[in-house]
Amino acid sequence: MTNEPMAPREGNELVALARRLHGHRGRRYWRSLEELADSPQFHDYLQREFPGQAASLLGDVSRRRFLQLMAASLALAGLNGCRRQPAESIVPYVRQPEPLVPGEPRYYATAMPHDGAAMGLLVESHMARPTKVEGNPQHPASPATGASNSSGQGDSTAATGGGRVSEFGASNTFAQAAVLALYDPDRSQAIRRGRRISTWDAFLTDLQPRLQGRDGRGLRILTETVTSPTLAAQLQALTEKHPRAKWVPFDPVNHSHAREGARLAFGRPLQAIYDFRRADIVLSLDDDFLTSGSGALRHARQFTERRRVAAADVNRPEMNRLYAVETTPTPTGMKADHRLALDPTAVVQLAIAVAARLGMNVPEPSDSSAGALDGVPPSWLDALVDDLQNYRLSGGEGGALVVAGRWQPPIVHALAHAINEQLGSVGVTVRYTQAAEAQPVDQFAALAQLVEEMRDGDVEMLVMLGGNPVFNAPADLKFTEALEKVPCRVHLSSEYDETSNRCHWHLPRAHLFESWSDARAEDGTVSIIQPLIEPLYDGRGDHEAVASLLGEANKTSKEIVEAHWRNQHQGDEFNAWWRRTLHDGVMTESARPAENTELDFGAIREALDSWRSSHDGAGDDASMQIVFRPDPTIWDGRFANNGWLQELPKPLSKLTWDNAALLSPNTAERLGLENEQVVLVRHADAEVELPAWILPGQPDNVVTVHLGYGRTHAGRIATGAGSNVYPLRTSQSPWFAAGVEVRKTPKRRALACTQHHHLMEGRRLVVGGTLEQLRASPSHPEFMEVLHGEPEESFYPPHEYDGYKWGMAIDLSACVGCNGCVVACQAENNIPVVGKEEVARGREMHWIRVDQYFSGERDNPTAEFQPLPCMHCELAPCEPVCPVAATSHSSEGLNEMTYNRCVGTRYCANNCPYKVRRFNYLDYSSDIQQHPSLHLLQNPDVTVRSRGVMEKCTYCVQRISAARIAAEKQDRSIRDGEVVTACQAACPTRAIEFGDLNDPNSRVTRLKGEHNPLDYALLGELNTRPRTTYSAALRNPNPKL
Amino acid sequence: MSAPHTDLFGVLARYDSPASLIAAARSMREAGYRRFECYSPFPVHGLPEAIGFRSSRLPTLVLLGGIVGCVVGYGFQYWVSAIAYPLNIGGRPLNSWPSFVPVMFEMTVLVAALAAVLGMLALNGLPRPHHPLFGVESFARATRDGFFLCVLADDPQFDKDAVREILVAHEAGEVIDVPQ
Amino acid sequence: MSSHSAELPTSENPGDATVGDRISSIVLSRGTPLWWFAGFGLSFLLVMLLLASVGYLFARGIGIWGNNIPVGWGFAIVNFVWWVGIGHAGTLISAVLLLCRQHWRTSINRFAEAMTLFAVACAGLFPLIHLGRPHYFYFMIPYPATTGMWPQFRSPLMWDFFAIGTYALVSLLFWYVGLIPDLASMRDRSRKRFVQVVYGFFAMGWRGSARHWRRYEQAYLLLGGLATPLVVSVHSVVSLDFAVGIIPGWHTTVFPPYFVAGAVFSGFAMVLTLAIPLRSLFRLRDYVTDDHLDNMAKVMLTAGLIVAYGYVMEIFMAWYSGDEFEWAMILNRMFGEYRAWYAALWICNIFVPQLLWFRAVRRSPAVLFVLALVINVGMWLERFIIVIVSLHHDFLPSSWGSFTPTFWDWATFAGTIGLFLALLFLFVRLLPMISIFEMQEQLDREANHA
Repeated sequence: MTNEPMAPREGNELVALARRLHGHRGRRYWRSLEELADSPQFHDYLQREFPGQAASLLGDVSRRRFLQLMAASLALAGLNGCRRQPAESIVPYVRQPEPLVPGEPRYYATAMPHDGAAMGLLVESHMARPTKVEGNPQHPASPATGASNSSGQGDSTAATGGGRVSEFGASNTFAQAAVLALYDPDRSQAIRRGRRISTWDAFLTDLQPRLQGRDGRGLRILTETVTSPTLAAQLQALTEKHPRAKWVPFDPVNHSHAREGARLAFGRPLQAIYDFRRADIVLSLDDDFLTSGSGALRHARQFTERRRVAAADVNRPEMNRLYAVETTPTPTGMKADHRLALDPTAVVQLAIAVAARLGMNVPEPSDSSAGALDGVPPSWLDALVDDLQNYRLSGGEGGALVVAGRWQPPIVHALAHAINEQLGSVGVTVRYTQAAEAQPVDQFAALAQLVEEMRDGDVEMLVMLGGNPVFNAPADLKFTEALEKVPCRVHLSSEYDETSNRCHWHLPRAHLFESWSDARAEDGTVSIIQPLIEPLYDGRGDHEAVASLLGEANKTSKEIVEAHWRNQHQGDEFNAWWRRTLHDGVMTESARPAENTELDFGAIREALDSWRSSHDGAGDDASMQIVFRPDPTIWDGRFANNGWLQELPKPLSKLTWDNAALLSPNTAERLGLENEQVVLVRHADAEVELPAWILPGQPDNVVTVHLGYGRTHAGRIATGAGSNVYPLRTSQSPWFAAGVEVRKTPKRRALACTQHHHLMEGRRLVVGGTLEQLRASPSHPEFMEVLHGEPEESFYPPHEYDGYKWGMAIDLSACVGCNGCVVACQAENNIPVVGKEEVARGREMHWIRVDQYFSGERDNPTAEFQPLPCMHCELAPCEPVCPVAATSHSSEGLNEMTYNRCVGTRYCANNCPYKVRRFNYLDYSSDIQQHPSLHLLQNPDVTVRSRGVMEKCTYCVQRISAARIAAEKQDRSIRDGEVVTACQAACPTRAIEFGDLNDPNSRVTRLKGEHNPLDYALLGELNTRPRTTYSAALRNPNPKL
Repeated sequence: MSAPHTDLFGVLARYDSPASLIAAARSMREAGYRRFECYSPFPVHGLPEAIGFRSSRLPTLVLLGGIVGCVVGYGFQYWVSAIAYPLNIGGRPLNSWPSFVPVMFEMTVLVAALAAVLGMLALNGLPRPHHPLFGVESFARATRDGFFLCVLADDPQFDKDAVREILVAHEAGEVIDVPQ
Repeated sequence: MSSHSAELPTSENPGDATVGDRISSIVLSRGTPLWWFAGFGLSFLLVMLLLASVGYLFARGIGIWGNNIPVGWGFAIVNFVWWVGIGHAGTLISAVLLLCRQHWRTSINRFAEAMTLFAVACAGLFPLIHLGRPHYFYFMIPYPATTGMWPQFRSPLMWDFFAIGTYALVSLLFWYVGLIPDLASMRDRSRKRFVQVVYGFFAMGWRGSARHWRRYEQAYLLLGGLATPLVVSVHSVVSLDFAVGIIPGWHTTVFPPYFVAGAVFSGFAMVLTLAIPLRSLFRLRDYVTDDHLDNMAKVMLTAGLIVAYGYVMEIFMAWYSGDEFEWAMILNRMFGEYRAWYAALWICNIFVPQLLWFRAVRRSPAVLFVLALVINVGMWLERFIIVIVSLHHDFLPSSWGSFTPTFWDWATFAGTIGLFLALLFLFVRLLPMISIFEMQEQLDREANHA
């Protein structure tokens, strides 16, 4: 009937096949897989499996299944790789490392380089299987969530027995999803020479003659942005050994404009580090600092802490204030107290105008001399400038802060620096340090030059450490063309991608969790990257690759990294220091000091004038402008094969599995477009077809496209999803371009959107008000009135909950809609990926979703974000309607699903007013059954659900049980903050609190009822008595506007 | 008084109209016969009275069935929800009696209906695959247009000739001896 | 056989015996007409389609249908309610009209009861196959499981389980008890041994004894008395599946009465849909007379008016209660994604049936037939509106969705129609579709009164 019953047999069979491989290690392994592929077992395995699938009538399912099957055979490699953790000893994140206890997870501190800086991670490992990623609370980029109120300095390892840690740091979607990438069956698993499978030995022997005695002539190393001190040192050594070799860093999404802006202002490519903890008034010049980039987690925490109206000082609440101008809507802009949608050139104009108003010696923008700046109401500008100078919170050590988005041209960054200096913000809300990356150059220019050399035939050997330039290099450089001229092309990469496909050598790259390395955080803090598992496949790290170029092919990453730091380290005994560094996940005193800066205003003036001359008149051409942005869920395309991220609804558009051409309602009207209608976007003599998507808050005549889609040589998840917009992108204008043509076509492309309706229809769903209103009546603000008329009476006597009484509080002022909680929940609870078709049918499985509602006028709305897990209603409407008692209340008030009792009437889901229940309409877990490597991913504490059963948020009951066991061992009750749900642990702004409502002092209790005048129950009038309640969303608009 | 006819089941007479059957039945009863039975294609009103058949215990049976169904219906639900496996279902009390009413009602009807049908069959001694009358060729007409009266041989004052006399007196279409 | 039907009596000039001959001859002596094979063959193909759909459903899961979140219930439940409703006419005719001493029921009750059984059979199929894990349907049966678990009796679905179960069983008993004397009659009329044995077996040795008749009539009357509240209860309980729910459009007290009325409405419509062609095909116009059709039409009109009241009340209460969700639900029905369906509902169920006020319409079989079909469609639409349109827009706009039926949704529905017809064709071929003994009794009564 279904293939559920078949699954175990297949499983055993695969294990059996795997056993044939066991014993073979490393490079001998591939020959065995070739043998495997011919084995009769494998053939009738195919025979039996495939016809069953051919019968499928539901779109592409059968194709996917087939590919999965093929991949499954390769994935067998996993079985012999991951039997145990690396032979080298790594240091767990607990006070006293105990022997490994089956069933008890351990945490290891490591780090993930992302967007030119490191994020600190704690990785949960079950029997040496990494299954879940959390943030490292000690790391500057991942502020502490969960247990303690400290910003991460406190007793970070409040271990509650076992290896269990109850304090985590925030983590973002990419970090969460890294663990899925580790087990991705599509990862490259073979060294390839051209199309053929080869070996490391073959590679090394091929390498030697090319390096011998030509002191690096024609040798070029193309890396991604490097923040690893060890790798930097290695490359340094390489260029010393081969003087004529060159190292070029390139990422399609980089900080070059910011660095150039700093170079302009200070003569040095410094980086600005913002401190929102002291920012009373913030102006964001098109910067999505809350949710995008490696600093986002810290920014979001600091920013929201400054906005949180704690129950304590409720009588004189204070909040910072944010003005944002944006060229495309982002969560940051939506959270702003005042937001303007401007086209790219207008942002520069605004920056100039602000500088001018602050009395800096810049010529007022010509058209604003009349006081009118196109798109900016004069009153707005006045209020902004006034606030920048005068809006300060009591206490007085706060200041103003102007931040500029990386997409803005250097001149805007320079102006921002100048304004901050003018406002005396330097040293208060912003400091300048050396850049986190090892080589802060203009990466677009650097790549352009490299391509030049390639075209001239000066490059004989191009070694690419990661990256995917064939796919994502700016179109005008014609990288692929030039690449053909290079006689020897080597690509180290985790998947066999577009670039690998055009290289002579493809080397599989070890996953982050498979090899040793190190990385610098934004502020320079160094973290050592420890492997958590032996390489599943024959992958190598960057260090080993470079070492082989240095002729040190025998060295392992560990030796290289450790050796580097042995040299660097002075002072106390190395081993203890090393061990502590590994344990903590951060290296003490490695943060970079603030640099003294000397603002060169003259240079800014010159740049300004040249910008003027180039832009005067150019601004007013009628044609459309285009905005390029990294995709909120798959970034520059590197995460395209990650199902969790593909299925993650993108903030604001709520699209999944696709990119689109975002247009403002007005522009769409003008072009006669509606959603899903395909448009032809033409620019830089390239044209791309994209489905249109109408987004309120998008500036008129500006089309926004997201990078990273339209992969051609990626896994089966990425390939074919969305359209590739890199062909439209040039190195001259990588983020904005004018003179773009957008033409309507008769075609349509269906998009899978998870929220179709974004208006509250006058319902009191997200309740919100302003700081003014709260001040007016702190205990009963008028915007809360209606809600306190909830029905209190019931025919039935209430159930008593002595003992624990779990509840959750969600602060809508704090939520920035970053989606961290969604992926964290998916990872923690083994939630399947269902694919585009199923999402389009409305069957996504996320247990927590982030609802979003627009308000205000259509062209410049604000949005509120509302995370929605199960409400765990005390009078749950879902329970009485279940005919088999498959869902019922626990003694602690959890609304529980008993999967093996569920017959799937779906009545509970119908009767849930919050629609948080999810149903397995098809056999969504079949992917897991079919891929041995995905078996390893599953959280052993959580059931994998079968077809036809209902599921939903459990308040992470497995974590509650673990805490209970730990507490009972020590004969005590569970401490407040000891249970941290997955969503709570990930949340950078601590918008989610969880705990025992029977404990009068628990943090969650103090956020509820009479303690918190902003507390309300969603749809409370239905008398469902939800255990999850919300704090109303507060904003702090300028009364003058 | 004549000897009992061990080989004879009874004497059967066929009439062509309900009326004459009723008449025959009356006089048969007046003549003091008790062990005789009438057969008709459809229920003939007045006939049961004519043969002196009055009440039946069926209604009582059905009433009892209804009561049993009702009580068991509620009792079982109470036991299941409050005693056997008590669960907190959506904060409702264990004995949510209002929710138990529909099933109580259905159980009442179900058991009562079963009592009615099975009771009827039992009291009528059905099913009965064989019966001496089925041996009589013309008795087949009992389900289409024949109205029969059969005096049983084991009637205490059974006298074949006397019986025939009465039967014929009401111009029977035919009179047949029915063997055992 | 045409010669046979020539000198047949009519209810106007009753010949004593030949009524039974006439009715039984359809089964016993007359040959099977061609149209029967055609009709049965077609229905049988649809049954095969049903098997295919259900087979594929079990293989792949509910996902082959259009259901999703928020629309957890789709065609399966719509069809379920529709079929159950249709069933009601049978019981109503045989039980309620029996108690009301409506003798005109005699010529249609047997046939209507059969229709009830088959409709309930089709209905019962859906709750079973719409389960996510149909192989565990028995969790709903209260049996002592090793887990110690029992069903959850607060759930309307359990009430449903008992209501439908009881209803099916009682209807079967009622129908069978009514058949016993006729089975005996068939036994005695049939020439072939085999046929005699089969009918004889089911006749259980019925001899038409006066004592038996007395108890028989008592039992039948009691059953009628029990079935009458049952008719009312069954669709009330079905309506509670929704009324107990919290969803706007479900959570309303008007549902039980208006569901029952709707059931009678659709039930009589279906009886007419079937009776009109059958009576001409089998030349039974003199038994199922235009008066019968007229009466049924009147019942239909009455039920239709109650349904109309229900619709109007729903709108009024939504407005009067001032509940924003209720009112939004009504507006969504009127102007939302499915407004066309809602408009069609009003036309089919409220406007068109007003034609029944005219005697001419009530007495013209052809028009009545079309009207009945329209009402059948309308009642299906009503369930569609209630189940799906209420679900797709509920409380949180963020979770609003829509429902698009797939091929398999339609195939399963068509399949059950085939099942229904196939059973019906077998019934008219194998059993007397008009109660012989009641017919005789009635003719006798009329003769005596005359």
